[in-house]
Amino acid sequence: MILSANEIFKSYGDFGVLAGVSFQIHEGEFVSIIGPNGAGKTTLINVLTGLLKPNNGKVFFKDHDITGIGPAKLSRLGMARSFQLVNIFPTFTVMEFIKLGVLSRQGKGARFYAILKRDREVNEEAEEVAQIFHLEDKRDVQAKNLPQGDKKLLDVASAFALRPEVILLDEPTSGVSTSEKNKIMEILIDASKKMGIKSIIQVEHDMDLVFGFSDRIIALHSGKVLADCTPAEMEKNEAAMCAVVGEKGCFKICSSLLE
Amino acid sequence: MKTDKLSSMGSEPNGSFAALIRKRQTWLLLAGILCFVLLPRVGGQYTSYLVLTFFGYGVALLGFNLLFGYTGLLSFGHALFFTSGAYTVSYLTAKFAIPYMEVSIVVAVVVAVVIAALIGAICVRYIKIYFALLMLAFGMLTYSFLIKFYYITGGDEGMPVLRPHLLGFDLSSMAKMDFLTGWYYYYVLTVFIIATWIMWRIVSSHFGLALRAVRDNPEKAYYLGIDVRRYRWYAFIISGAYAAVGGALVAPVIGNVDPTLTYWTHSGTLVFMTLLGGFTNFLGPLLGGLVYIFLQDGVMSLLHYWRFVFGAMLAFIVIVAPGGLAGAIELIANKYCAKKGA
Ligand SMILES: Nc1ncnc2c1ncn2[C@@H]1O[C@H](COP(=O)(O)OP(=O)(O)OP(=O)(O)O)[C@@H](O)[C@H]1O
Ligand SMILES: [Mg+2]
Repeated sequence: MILSANEIFKSYGDFGVLAGVSFQIHEGEFVSIIGPNGAGKTTLINVLTGLLKPNNGKVFFKDHDITGIGPAKLSRLGMARSFQLVNIFPTFTVMEFIKLGVLSRQGKGARFYAILKRDREVNEEAEEVAQIFHLEDKRDVQAKNLPQGDKKLLDVASAFALRPEVILLDEPTSGVSTSEKNKIMEILIDASKKMGIKSIIQVEHDMDLVFGFSDRIIALHSGKVLADCTPAEMEKNEAAMCAVVGEKGCFKICSSLLE
Repeated sequence: MKTDKLSSMGSEPNGSFAALIRKRQTWLLLAGILCFVLLPRVGGQYTSYLVLTFFGYGVALLGFNLLFGYTGLLSFGHALFFTSGAYTVSYLTAKFAIPYMEVSIVVAVVVAVVIAALIGAICVRYIKIYFALLMLAFGMLTYSFLIKFYYITGGDEGMPVLRPHLLGFDLSSMAKMDFLTGWYYYYVLTVFIIATWIMWRIVSSHFGLALRAVRDNPEKAYYLGIDVRRYRWYAFIISGAYAAVGGALVAPVIGNVDPTLTYWTHSGTLVFMTLLGGFTNFLGPLLGGLVYIFLQDGVMSLLHYWRFVFGAMLAFIVIVAPGGLAGAIELIANKYCAKKGA
């Protein structure tokens, strides 16, 4: 077991979002977290990565209690994430962007008197990452001038540049055209193989991608884990299926099933 | 590595002005330095005197812009560090009779680092307007401190600065202007060049990239392992040290330090110079400082209401040319280059 969430409760003020979420992630797994809009998927990711402190419950990563320790420390332990909404450094070139991840992992962030572009260790590793993500031809393009798909890819690439063991991807293909979605997913899978990622946790709305790539699916609903099973089992689980596929009428049935 | 050259070009298109400059940057740099070296010989004493003041402010502006342009924190009280540097020289030369300029500079840096570490620990918890106002408050706090504690600080009359020894040489027999536009000019020019060189290394370093990341998107930087607050704090300290060196260099020029040095308008001057020259360019603030000093000198002797003129200029910059002079030059030159290329 590499990551586990134990009875996570989280609310924003009076507004409860997570109400006792527990699960465990093992090495080698590709896990998808699904759930309707506002189910608390992003909130969960924020808690798992230590950005938000849960009101209750604990998160463990490789036997470390990482509850609320913050993303910077966590990146050093071996966990990284990407974001649902485009999250870039607008003025950075593609290469600078990736280099930042690389130099951070190499523990060189505070080197203030070395010339970055002469640092071969950083340059070579960044080059490698850029190639894995097919971004090498756009090395000098400013991030803000990239097309949407590449912006998302760059966000992910910089997270991969940290060479984490576990990576959390919050809707890596949201806001991207359907034809591009599969391409991005393939690059992601390929990259995680090449870079030795142990487990991937992704939040995804596109059911084709979820069922096509996952080893396991965790369905969130009303702040609880509604189902935690393989894709095959999930297809048979009617209650969970209709909750996540999200037809309006279904929600009522699901909610009533929960109570 | 075959990509090294390309990646060094940053995001500029190949035919652009910046790329053109980069090709010849060594020559341009040497030409610039040569101009400064020759100035006292060919430019007259008064011009050299103004440029001397510029060198001091230039160092302070480099520090100011590390915080503003590179880290994204606008300090409205940075004159506080300038003042601490200037008072350090006054203390050492006049009170403690330690006339060595090198000692003054080192002590000014140490004092500023201590002050910046303390104030910074509080201020970098805030950003944007809150940070700016907090710095304004600290600047004005220092102002009233300097006025109130008459016995330590000389109150509103301030304290004298005695002529420092340069590299151990006592030059007190020279006439004031000869000293300032002679030996002192070259001394300060040297410090200015070294300081600029070091700052260039800092912004080109790993740390420099991390600072820009903190400026552009703190959340993302945090997730890439950059301890945002700590890096802001580092930048703040370096910035304070630079401003203090600037103040230390200017102190012997003005000959007397007083609390108006840390009045908020003086902090405003640093902001203004930086905006005038352009904070998005490494050399922008220096250009702004140089132009400001000459403009102020010219306008002040011609017009009584020079503040009005400067206010109008500031408005113009913010609205029409947010990139400042450096930005405007680049824009025009890029157009010119594009035309020539086509
Ligand atoms: N910072 C915040 N303050 C207050 N409420 C918040 C905050 N962030 C999220 N919420 C609320 O918490 C609920 C869960 O949000 P969250 O972003 O985790 O959902 P999600 O499952 O990621 O949804 P989506 O599929 O739209 O991304 C939503 O109702 C949202 O409005
Ligand atoms: Mg979300």
